[in-house]
Amino acid sequence: MSEHDKQREQLPTSSQEQPHFGSQESPTIFLADADGTSLEKNGPYSGPEAPGQLDKPRGAWAEAWRELRRSPRFYISAFLLLLLIVMAIFPGWFTDQDPRFCPIARTDLKPSGDHWFGTNTQGCDIYSRTIYGARASIIVGVVTTALIVVVGGLVGALSGYFGGWVDSILARVTDIFFGIPLLLAALVFMSSFQDRTVWTVVAALGIFGWMQTARIMRGSVITVKSSDYVVAARALGAGTGRILIRHVLPNAVAPVIVVATISLGTFISAEATLSFLGIGLPLTEVSWGADISTATNVLRDAPYQLFFPSLFLSVTVLSFILLGDAVRDALDPKLR
Amino acid sequence: MGRYVVRRLLQMIPVFIGTTFLIYFMVYQLGGDPIAAMFGDKAADPVFVRQMREEYHLNDPLIVQYWYYLTGLLQGDFGTSFSGIPVADELRRAFPISIRLALIAFAIELVVGIGAGLLAGLRRGRFADSVVLVTTLIVISIPVFVLGYVLQYWLGLQWNVFPATATPGDPTWEDLILPGIVLGSLSLAFVARLTRTSIAENMRADFVRTATAKGLPRRRVVTVHLLRNSLIPVVTFLGADLGALMAGAIVTEGIFNVDGVGRLIYLAVTKHESATVVGAVAALVIVYLVMNLIVDLLYAVLDPRIRYV
Amino acid sequence: MTTNQLTKPEPTDTAPGAPLLEVDDLHVEFRTRDGVAKAINGVSYSVAAGETLAVLGESGSGKSVTAQTIMGILDMPPGVITGGEIRFHGRDMLKMNKEERRRIRGQKIAMIFQDALSALNPVYSVGFQLAEMYRVHKGMSRKDAKAKAIELMDLVKIPAAKERVNDYPHQFSGGMRQRIMIAMAMALDPELIIADEPTTALDVTVQAQVMDLLAELQRERHMGLILITHDLGVVADVADKIAVMYAGRIVEEAAVHELYANPAHPYTEGLLASIPRLDLKGQDLYAIKGLPPNLMRIPPGCAFNPRCPYAEDICRTDVPPLIEAAPGRHSACHFAQRVLDNNGGS
Repeated sequence: MSEHDKQREQLPTSSQEQPHFGSQESPTIFLADADGTSLEKNGPYSGPEAPGQLDKPRGAWAEAWRELRRSPRFYISAFLLLLLIVMAIFPGWFTDQDPRFCPIARTDLKPSGDHWFGTNTQGCDIYSRTIYGARASIIVGVVTTALIVVVGGLVGALSGYFGGWVDSILARVTDIFFGIPLLLAALVFMSSFQDRTVWTVVAALGIFGWMQTARIMRGSVITVKSSDYVVAARALGAGTGRILIRHVLPNAVAPVIVVATISLGTFISAEATLSFLGIGLPLTEVSWGADISTATNVLRDAPYQLFFPSLFLSVTVLSFILLGDAVRDALDPKLR
Repeated sequence: MGRYVVRRLLQMIPVFIGTTFLIYFMVYQLGGDPIAAMFGDKAADPVFVRQMREEYHLNDPLIVQYWYYLTGLLQGDFGTSFSGIPVADELRRAFPISIRLALIAFAIELVVGIGAGLLAGLRRGRFADSVVLVTTLIVISIPVFVLGYVLQYWLGLQWNVFPATATPGDPTWEDLILPGIVLGSLSLAFVARLTRTSIAENMRADFVRTATAKGLPRRRVVTVHLLRNSLIPVVTFLGADLGALMAGAIVTEGIFNVDGVGRLIYLAVTKHESATVVGAVAALVIVYLVMNLIVDLLYAVLDPRIRYV
Repeated sequence: MTTNQLTKPEPTDTAPGAPLLEVDDLHVEFRTRDGVAKAINGVSYSVAAGETLAVLGESGSGKSVTAQTIMGILDMPPGVITGGEIRFHGRDMLKMNKEERRRIRGQKIAMIFQDALSALNPVYSVGFQLAEMYRVHKGMSRKDAKAKAIELMDLVKIPAAKERVNDYPHQFSGGMRQRIMIAMAMALDPELIIADEPTTALDVTVQAQVMDLLAELQRERHMGLILITHDLGVVADVADKIAVMYAGRIVEEAAVHELYANPAHPYTEGLLASIPRLDLKGQDLYAIKGLPPNLMRIPPGCAFNPRCPYAEDICRTDVPPLIEAAPGRHSACHFAQRVLDNNGGS
């Protein structure tokens, strides 16, 4: 299937140009930018338009940032994420109860002044468990995503840039890992270990989750590689490293960023699923997934136990996906 | 076209070997002794362990072990669980059920997903588009297991629209509708979004402009010209999505008590039945590879530019 | 369908000499979040049957937008038609309903686009896309329509048409693809063809072949042809008259030979001077200073004034109207006479 991506990326559907990140040009469709690459700013024919009134040349990254700042989705998701990250780093700011203090005396209490979210079947305060649960989810999400971006990005970039047998081998490797769906592989991986930690989960998801980023980076690099400005750079004598770092990567990385942001959300969901199945984080960690699992047993009588961790989990995943959406729309001029 | 098919088939071979080896490696080599793991916290019986290790070639080098395994696979022997049941038998029982469930989920995600995406893409920026975007966003954010339990509670128990759990052993089609909806929900959301994006992008494409300039009625421009081009990336996704369906089935089958392959794998994992895990996952991998091949061929049918490369 | 529609031109119902298409004081804007771009600011031109009008201009001059407005394929948000009329056989098309306009499109007025590879649908065979014209507009059967498609391909001189009718666009060369576009436009014997930069994406020799084909077909069927281009070389052989556009307005209009010999507008003068000439070998190439204006901030007065060597104060305040600088020639310049004299005209 990597073949199709390769062919598809090179076929034009529109004669409009792609924007160039990292170089100075902004996409022109029917507006001619008076000052884009002007050589004669102060020449005799500048006329009444003083240099100060002319537009500054804007790179595509700056365009994207400007677009992002206009998007309400960006602000909503950024706010929610900031809140969640603070919750993960400083849970003590939000609650002074101990999430692991679970006396039998206070099991299954409904939400009240003492326990805003009630208590669960083991007697733990749900509110504090929900707050503390953010940490595991955020850590897993962020670290796993960082891992797949680095690994997948590297594999994809090398594969796309060098082509030939490097590409063949790396593509086969990618296909092999693609052969097992993420959750299935993570399930089997986790079950092999007796002592599980957060890092086991990160490893499970990271080892089997990098392929999409690799493929996207590969396709992206292939498209960028044959662009005029890369060919020009090579003709001017730039070495491979310089071309890769200064020209190819900045322009190829945009779709990867979008996918990474959305993947973050799916990794958090995956971790919760694994914990729900009892094969994720150990019970010593506070995890939304595990809490949801125990809550399903009392769904009929005490639905609030399911509700709160599910809400927080859903909102967290939603924030990342919303952010990914906003970033993608900001980076893609065609969808404006 | 024929050359293309042959090439794809040949490519499948190293991938198949690689993937099954990876699974074998994970199950048998990664943690501690898989036989001892069966005993959990209890002390392992050394005689039993030694006997099983002999039987399953676990004392041989990894490559040899894998070789025995692969040759067995190619002859249709998916191994025997530690408790003596041939994995192939269990698969034969569980697979048809999972296939039915997957078909229902697939049909739902195809029809509803593409339909919603088409609607949203054509009416970009308007109300219908926003509705679809928001709904899909919510569906993607809520984890499958939460959705499963919630729907089971409301539609199954409270309002009795669908049966809350499936008949053990042999679920009917009706039993599988609710689990099918749950299983397909996540993919449905992705399909809808992908279709929407694809349609919105292709609407500005030059060939759509040409079709309009030819004086073709809008209906034809959309259904004949726009749709076929827009569905190409969706088809690619649907193929890869089958893997997600297989993985998601583990959770869904558990919630609704469907005795399919997913549930089989889950139970085998918890009971440390390594042979069953490897056998069942290998079977799923084969299905997945075949589905990918079919999707690739379908893709070549849809997009003639690929055919002659 | 027994009559061979492809060789006999149908008689038009306009009086001989009357224009087939008239664009009258057209104004089009693009309203975007970043501002309003005035793409077309009072453009008027006309084409008669059998006549070729070349519309010349740089990117952003509005030449393509005018064509798309004529065809009715402009993206309507963000595009907005804020004034003017487009009369076809005397009837204002802008006042017609959608269905009426659709029936004109493809059948009476057809368009040829620049990049045939992206303009043709990649997933359908060439035969399908040609036959579509007959099946949809004339209700022909699949078999008959396909036979017509092969005839069309023969008409535009595509070799081995019968074998290649089932091939896909990407399997043809650039020149042949453009011929297929021309064939598609010719299918229903239109009265007017708008060719938007038909040869820009092609090699020079192929350009000549395609232009020859276009000219031949036009002559045979007595069609009107609007040729949109930025390439002065292409225009010289084919056009009867030229309209030069700049910043959404027509700045000069003349018969082709007179324009080339004696330009009457500084912009045209500059364009002609920019053409590299072998007999001036060794000299620096001339280029008009500056860049075309941002359509969201068109300079007051004459839009060309920042770049114009003749510019004086009046140019910065008063928009020059399109006046008759010499018999049959129009120029939108306060100093048209001076430009004309400088270039040896009168």
